[in-house]
Amino acid sequence: MASVTYKNVWKKYGDVIAVQDLNLAIEDKEFLVLVGPSGCGKTTALRCLAGLEEITQGEVLIDDQVVNDVAPKDRDIAMVFQSYALYPHMSVYDNMAFGLKLRKLDKADIDRRVQESARTLGIEGLLKRKPKELSGGQRQRVAVGRAIVREPKVFLFDEPLSNLDAKLRVQTRAELSKLHQRLETTFIYVTHDQTEAMTMASRIAVMNKGLLQQLDTPQVLYDHPNNLFVAGFIGSPAMNFFNGKVIVEEGTMYIDLGSFRVKVPEHDMPRYDSVIDKEIIFGIRPEDIHNPEFAPPSIIAEPVEVNVDVTELMGNEIFLYLINGNHNFIARVDPRTQVSFGDKMTVVFNMDNYHIFDPSLDPENPPVVGGITKE
Amino acid sequence: MTTAALSKPISKTKKHREPSKIGTTIGIVLILILWLVPTVGLLVTSFRPVALINTTGWWTALDVDNGPASAQHPDPNASYAEKLGTRFTIDNYVDALTGYRGTGTYRAACASGTKPLGMNCNISDLLNPRGMGRAFVNSIIVTIPSTILPILIALFAAYAFAWMDFKGRYAIFAVLVGLQVVPIQMTLVPVLRMFAGMGINGTFPAVWLFHTGFGLPYAIYMLRNSMSTLPKDLFESAYLDGANHWQVFNRIVLPLTTPAIASLAIFQFLWVWNDLLVSLVFLGGQRPVMTYQISNMVSSLGAGWHLLTAAAFLSMLLPMIVFFALQKYFVRGMMAGAVKG
Repeated sequence: MASVTYKNVWKKYGDVIAVQDLNLAIEDKEFLVLVGPSGCGKTTALRCLAGLEEITQGEVLIDDQVVNDVAPKDRDIAMVFQSYALYPHMSVYDNMAFGLKLRKLDKADIDRRVQESARTLGIEGLLKRKPKELSGGQRQRVAVGRAIVREPKVFLFDEPLSNLDAKLRVQTRAELSKLHQRLETTFIYVTHDQTEAMTMASRIAVMNKGLLQQLDTPQVLYDHPNNLFVAGFIGSPAMNFFNGKVIVEEGTMYIDLGSFRVKVPEHDMPRYDSVIDKEIIFGIRPEDIHNPEFAPPSIIAEPVEVNVDVTELMGNEIFLYLINGNHNFIARVDPRTQVSFGDKMTVVFNMDNYHIFDPSLDPENPPVVGGITKE
Repeated sequence: MTTAALSKPISKTKKHREPSKIGTTIGIVLILILWLVPTVGLLVTSFRPVALINTTGWWTALDVDNGPASAQHPDPNASYAEKLGTRFTIDNYVDALTGYRGTGTYRAACASGTKPLGMNCNISDLLNPRGMGRAFVNSIIVTIPSTILPILIALFAAYAFAWMDFKGRYAIFAVLVGLQVVPIQMTLVPVLRMFAGMGINGTFPAVWLFHTGFGLPYAIYMLRNSMSTLPKDLFESAYLDGANHWQVFNRIVLPLTTPAIASLAIFQFLWVWNDLLVSLVFLGGQRPVMTYQISNMVSSLGAGWHLLTAAAFLSMLLPMIVFFALQKYFVRGMMAGAVKG
């Protein structure tokens, strides 16, 4: 049980910056998920904590101790690798006991711990087998088992579910959450899959190009993304973005998107004063675009005429690929909606829930305008 | 999991033999015949009396009535089995092992009471410096350290080259790989002079050192390549588990490199066992090895096939045992299951 702190951590490989000025305070017993596209520096950040990479600049702390120069084995952490990294010539039992034997625990103690962890994970029956005799899911459990027998202060997971099939992944996700509750230890988990991040994390750190984009609880991240990258990365299907302009006509504020415009609710108008007459990016999530027939009554609805391009029935909902002018976007509507390719229809945008990003402040990754979460 | 297993259809249709498989089988049989015929010939010849070897081919060995009169059974009415008994002998082996070089056979000479030159007609003749018995012992003394030493050193070096970070690692490795092209003959004179200075010419350590030196570059090269194919995650996982370099080497790398070590050991063993040049230069006749002794038989006896075949078979024995003992390491893939794949 321990807290982990990254203080201005940089990691460079020659001229390539893998991690850029990372500041992250991870609390004791937290389940923190580092998420981002591949190459965003999340795994490097994890490896810096494990001691498998030297950091170029800055400090990594476990509890209050700076561990920059502490050997990996003395950091009291355990890591589950993407490939599981089981020792192929050892039985499951020996795989789990390896770290304990190296730490010179006595035999009875090792045996007790291994049996206990095996029971926790439901792999008691596999202890005598070799890794090659196990299925992917079983190997993954053994890898987790090997980490928990050590009873470390911090658990590190490097994309541990990416080698499992979809069904098993969902199941294992729940098991990892349960394990976290039971062990009451700090978990740091790296993934590129935002669903894993959303479902398991107590807090999520979104990274891109070596930079921390936003650190918050899944709900806040989803509802109030700091910038365009986070808005687009979290959520599936991804948020729709439209290039447009904020205009004011006769005291009413509109977002002019070229082929159509939507009215900004009155109480939101002060928030967007700063971007009047400026090019902005308007973002709205697919589930905030409704079929007016089935739209919830309480929303602030803005009607938009669209052509239907593709429909995807998911059973509990329908994804509509819609076209208006040169805008293509996705709506996630009620499954009772009866439309097909080429149909014209009217959808409503829920103007309770939308985001405006200002590219003039950062053309690469425009920050949100008037966001409620502050740095 | 269980539902997935259930939904899989159970199919157990017998596979018909494909034409390509028959072709493979025929190919293997042909190669087997090509290899086995000369070997069987050698084996059969080595058990035939000199008189028969010189007059008839080994494939007539079971025809008991051919060959010169001197080789026939004294009683023409003897049974086939009795006649067959006189057509085979172990005298060639006895003569080769003891180094008997007379006109008859060692056993006949000793039985007649006249001790052959330099022989005692007892077990001590097996250590006669001219015989294969002594040469066999010498060959073993030369070969075993010459196999173990370079591999042992190469294992440490290969681990360092593959998994330890130090300055000049690639440069040194490149030089080592480059050293493999140096012809062995080029080094004979300088090394001989050096060994003369150390006073170890003609002793076993001289050959051990030479073979170790010459075996190292290839051994390091091969073991490094083998070790560097091990997944990096295994090492990192072991370091996190608390292992130091020695423990990783000992408990992870060694067991996983066993197939490579075994195949390297076989190659090095065969190379040293069959080597004539190095042992001739550094040991010579003082401590003759088997290859040296065989070459002596050819030169001194010209057509003395009976000794040559027996000696050749004796020298083949150990390599064959080694190969059959270690061959499973060529086949077994130990890496299955290490990393998902």
